[in-house]
Amino acid sequence: MKVAIISVQGDVEEHVLITKRAMDNIGIDGEAIATISKEEIKKSDAIILPGGESTTISKLIHQRGIDKEIKEAAMKGKPIMGTCAGSILLAKHGNEQIKKTKTKLLGLMDIWVKRNAFGRQIESFQVKLDIKNIGYFNAVFIRAPAIVKTGSNVDILSEFEGYVVAARQKNLLALSFHPELADDTRIHEYFLRMAE
Amino acid sequence: MQLENLRFGTELIKRGFAKMQKGGVIMDVTNAEQARIAEDAGAVAVMALHRVPADIRAEGGVARMADPKKIEDIVEEVTIPVMAKCRIGHISEARALESIGVDMIDESEVLTPADVFFHIDKHSFTIPFVCGARSLGEAVRRIWEGAAMIRTKGEAGTGNVVEAVRHMRLINYAIKKLEKMDEDELYGVAENYANPYKKLAEKVVEEMGNKLNGDEEIFGKYTIADITDGIFNVLKEVKNMKRLPVVNFAAGGIATPADAALMMFLGSDGVFVGSGIFKSSNPPKYARAIVEAVENWRDSKIVAEVSKGLGEAMKGQEVDKLEEMLQTRGL
Repeated sequence: MKVAIISVQGDVEEHVLITKRAMDNIGIDGEAIATISKEEIKKSDAIILPGGESTTISKLIHQRGIDKEIKEAAMKGKPIMGTCAGSILLAKHGNEQIKKTKTKLLGLMDIWVKRNAFGRQIESFQVKLDIKNIGYFNAVFIRAPAIVKTGSNVDILSEFEGYVVAARQKNLLALSFHPELADDTRIHEYFLRMAE
Repeated sequence: MQLENLRFGTELIKRGFAKMQKGGVIMDVTNAEQARIAEDAGAVAVMALHRVPADIRAEGGVARMADPKKIEDIVEEVTIPVMAKCRIGHISEARALESIGVDMIDESEVLTPADVFFHIDKHSFTIPFVCGARSLGEAVRRIWEGAAMIRTKGEAGTGNVVEAVRHMRLINYAIKKLEKMDEDELYGVAENYANPYKKLAEKVVEEMGNKLNGDEEIFGKYTIADITDGIFNVLKEVKNMKRLPVVNFAAGGIATPADAALMMFLGSDGVFVGSGIFKSSNPPKYARAIVEAVENWRDSKIVAEVSKGLGEAMKGQEVDKLEEMLQTRGL
C-alpha cells in the first residue's frame, strides 16, 4: 500500500512518521511518502492532506495543478483524510473567512466548515475526545476549524462544543484536530483500513 | 465530562502550532495593508512590527514592542496567524501581546534587550514563543526556557544572508557532534551550555568576595543543577531526533528567493523574511516569489523562474561594516 502525504506546507513529516508506525502496528506492508508529484499521487492508494495554513496550502495545490489528481483519486474511491487545514480543503462549503480569503476548496465532502472556529492560538486546546469507531482520543486542536453542518450522507464521528469535529463520507475523512501530533496511531490505523 | 479534560497552552499545543508553519514563509509587516499583501502572496503568518529591522538599524534609538493598536489592526485584517516581537526578557511586553490575541511572540534581539541576564521563562505563558539562536547552546537554552520554535538570528536588516548561513551551519554541525557522544559527554555539554545562567549570581557573590556554592536558585526557582538537568534532557532529545525537537526556521538577512531556497537546502523548516519584501521595489511580486522558492527549493528551474524580473532587491549591507551586531544580544 502506498500513502501519499501532500507535501506543500504544514506538518507533513509528522503524518509520514505516524502513518509508518500505524502500518507496522497492523501489519500492512507499505510506504508513506511526502510528495507533490502528480505521478506519485496517481500511483497512491490513499492520500492525506496535512495540517498547516489552509490559505497557503490551497494556493499551492491549485498553482501546481495537483487538485485534479486529488479529486480523481476521490472519485475512484481512494481514501482521503484531511486534518485541520486539510479538512477545510475537503469541504464543499466554507464560511465568510474562507470566502474573504478566496480560498479554493476541493469541494469533495458535503460539509460546511468554519475556519478558526474556536478562536486564536491562546484558545487552542487538547481534550480527550470520544470518537465513534475509535474510542477516547487525545485530540489536539490548533486554531482549529469545525464542521457546522453536514449533508445527510455524512457520518458524524465526533462532536465537541456543539460542532462536528470528525466526519466520514464514504472514502473521505475530515478531522478538525491533529491525530498526527498525538502519540497514538489509532486514527491512522482506522484510515489505513479504509484503504485495504 | 469532556470539559474536565480540556487543557490549554501545553507543550504539545505550543510546539504543534509551530509545526503548522513548516514549509512556509513568515513575513514582517508594519501595517494592515502590508499584512494583506503577505496573506495574498501565501505567507503562513505575519510578524507585526513598528519598523522593519532595516529601519530600526537606520534610525537607531531604543526599539520596543509595536503599538498594540497597530497589531490589532493587522489581527483584524488577516486570517493567518499574527506574531509580534517583544524585547528580550521583557515579561510585561510579552503579557501585553498575549492579552491582545497575538498567536506567537518573538522574544527578539532585533528589539533593544530589556534584561542583560535572562530571557523570559516561557513555560508560564499560554501562547507559544519563537527565539533566535546563533549556536546549538543558544537554541537549547531557549528550548529549555520553553521556546516552541527556534530561528537563526542571522543579522537582521542587512539583506545579507551570510550570518543566517553561519548560524544554521553551526547548529547543524553541533547536532552532528552530539550523535557520537555518550551520556556522560552529553552531560558535560549540558554543564557548559548552562553557564550563561550563572552570570547574575556570580556577579553578586563575587562582589561579596564569595563563590557560587551551586545549590542556590539562580534563575527563578531553578538551581544550576535543575538547569543542567533540563538542558541535558533537551540534548538527549536532539541526539535521538538528529535535529532540534522544535521547528527551526531561518531568519536575519534573507532578501531574495534564492536566499530562501539556500536556507531550505541547509535544513531550515521554513523562512522568516524581514526587510527583504517591503524594502524591495515590488513587494507583492517579491512576496509571491519567496513563497514559491521556499515551496519549490529543490527545483532550481522554478527558483530561477520566480527570480526573473523581480526589480530591485533591498540594497543590503556588508556585515563587517556594521556599527552594531544585533545577533550578539541575548546569549
